[in-house]
Amino acid sequence: MSTDPRTDYALREPRLPEPIDHALADAPIDLDVRLGMYRALHLLRGFGKRAHDLFLQNLVKGTTHLSLGQEAVAAGFGAALQPQDYSFATYRGHAHSLARGMDPGAAMAELLGRENGILGGKGGSMHLTDASKGMMGSYAIIGAHLCTANGAAWSAQMRGTDQVAVAFFGDGTTNIGAFHEALNMAKVWNLPTVFVCENNLYMEYTPIDLVTAVDHPAADRAAAYGLEPILIDGNDPDAVYLAARTALDTARGGGGPSLIEAVTYRSGGHSRADPGKYRPAEEVGAWAERDPIPHYLARLLSIGVDEQRLEAIEEEVERQIDEATEFAKSGPEPGEGSLLTEVYADGGSRWRN
Amino acid sequence: MAELTYREAVAYGIAQEMRRDPALVMLGEDIAAAGGVFKTTVGLVDEFGPDRVRDAPISEQAILGAAMGAAMTGVPVVAEIMFSDFLAVCWDIVANEIAKSRYMTNGQVSFPLVIRTANGGGVRFGAQHSQSVENWAMMIPGLKVVAPSTPVDMIGLLAAAIRDPDPVVFFEHKALMGAKAEIPDGEILDELGTSRVLKEGDDATIVALAAMVPRALEAAERLSHDGISAEVIDVRSLVPLDTRTLLGSVEKTGRLFTVEENPRLCGWGAELVSIVADEGFWSLDGPSVRITTPHVPLPAAASLEDLALPSADRVYETVHKSVDAGGGA
Repeated sequence: MSTDPRTDYALREPRLPEPIDHALADAPIDLDVRLGMYRALHLLRGFGKRAHDLFLQNLVKGTTHLSLGQEAVAAGFGAALQPQDYSFATYRGHAHSLARGMDPGAAMAELLGRENGILGGKGGSMHLTDASKGMMGSYAIIGAHLCTANGAAWSAQMRGTDQVAVAFFGDGTTNIGAFHEALNMAKVWNLPTVFVCENNLYMEYTPIDLVTAVDHPAADRAAAYGLEPILIDGNDPDAVYLAARTALDTARGGGGPSLIEAVTYRSGGHSRADPGKYRPAEEVGAWAERDPIPHYLARLLSIGVDEQRLEAIEEEVERQIDEATEFAKSGPEPGEGSLLTEVYADGGSRWRN
Repeated sequence: MAELTYREAVAYGIAQEMRRDPALVMLGEDIAAAGGVFKTTVGLVDEFGPDRVRDAPISEQAILGAAMGAAMTGVPVVAEIMFSDFLAVCWDIVANEIAKSRYMTNGQVSFPLVIRTANGGGVRFGAQHSQSVENWAMMIPGLKVVAPSTPVDMIGLLAAAIRDPDPVVFFEHKALMGAKAEIPDGEILDELGTSRVLKEGDDATIVALAAMVPRALEAAERLSHDGISAEVIDVRSLVPLDTRTLLGSVEKTGRLFTVEENPRLCGWGAELVSIVADEGFWSLDGPSVRITTPHVPLPAAASLEDLALPSADRVYETVHKSVDAGGGA
């Protein structure tokens, strides 16, 4: 057994969460917004857990990248975004898709590779998209979608709308060139783009600090692009919501881009194949104590929300997940009818006469 | 009626489309005030302003990402990648993002955009500024691929590419920039997916693209003095591909020659030869022959580059030898 933290990252010093900012309980956030975020936390958690269960039943094939533990980022932004805004996510995009209003049944069916999936089974777990809801796609190659989000923001700027484009990405993305190209262009063109780094401390299987020149992979790079460093508690929906609202208002008002680093933690591994054993037990335990759901429940109770009201939300979400699962399982597998469609805008795949 | 060079035809075609569609924008490196390093965009920023003709940083991923995001949210875009070699820097955006996203979202998003780029050799720029990479784009489902050889085709195909709802990779050939032609008055609009028979013939079909077209025509002219009647087809559009014209020509001539600037392996001519082998086999009087750049990076020295690229001499000799070898009628 290794005793060297250079070869077994689980032996490294744990990276522990900052304490909860209880003053956020008094933040000026409408109760309806808070209840919406509480509901979203449960929906995203329930969906992720169900996706995991269905994977174990061999109904979800391939791979899945879950956001378990990180739901507060999507919940907070989902509450702050307006319907006309654009979201761009990575392959870890289930939570962001649901937070923009994607139908959970159509999302689950896509994971199962069914015809009634949101992408007809053609995209799968890593590409959830619902353009009708402003969810412009989940992209599985690190970095590109930050540049694409700029394009949507540029488009909004040219069309004179007040739409904002938001790109969600992980800490690992901050080390690829496209991150830097996108931030530079967004600043130079004063684009209404909000860049949101979900720093879960690990780039896939490797601690982010081992491969990054600065302590805070996004926030410490902000100055290079003339941006303010914004570092927030990514496990606190209120903190996320407030930061999101500020950044979205700035972008909408013509104030240009923002870069937000939301520090959070994956409760599971990188993808379905990864048990996440490379993390110190003390670290995993400390972050489990900071799970956004019990924490947010406690906050809502502390400000006087009726417990039964919250239980009713949980029950409703549980039903929704069950219905989504049934809807997904009931769908047929796609067949030859769709294999050759939608390569080109004429709906087909014809490349010759 | 005005005489324009191939390079001037680029700006002419873009201007025609920007006047027609006030939403159309373009971006790229040095395209605005500088008018493009090949002077293909001269005057556009003066007519359409810096918001519609935008200088971008040396950030090819950011450029094509911006084009993608704008196109998918309703703004048609012409993006320039200065040299086609540089497509390798941002190939993820082309091959993985723009080309696949319509399919993988089951048609939820569209990409009405054109990626213009200076392609090909013959100007002594060396291996990293001279490649012919049209075959890179041709092999990606979801892209359309166009490469005009004349000023008039430049305008008409550019207009067709801009109006097409799919992403088009549009190759402008560096060695043709100075080629001149009379441009007819009025709107010029061509059609993607159509090749053009530039010279009719009965003994051999020579298919060429971009800078290889004038060489094929020169070879055909010389062959005619030797009593060999060669038909010359300008492919113009690799995707969609006009196989009807190709197969019809081979049915008539019985012989197929492709003249390709791309290195040997997996060049577009291999696909044409394969189509003819499958569907036109019984028309053939002899083996189909690919005339290509050898499988080397392009060298810089004039003497070496001239040896590498298919020349009119090489086309002439290859066709001559093959026809002389006989077979068929």
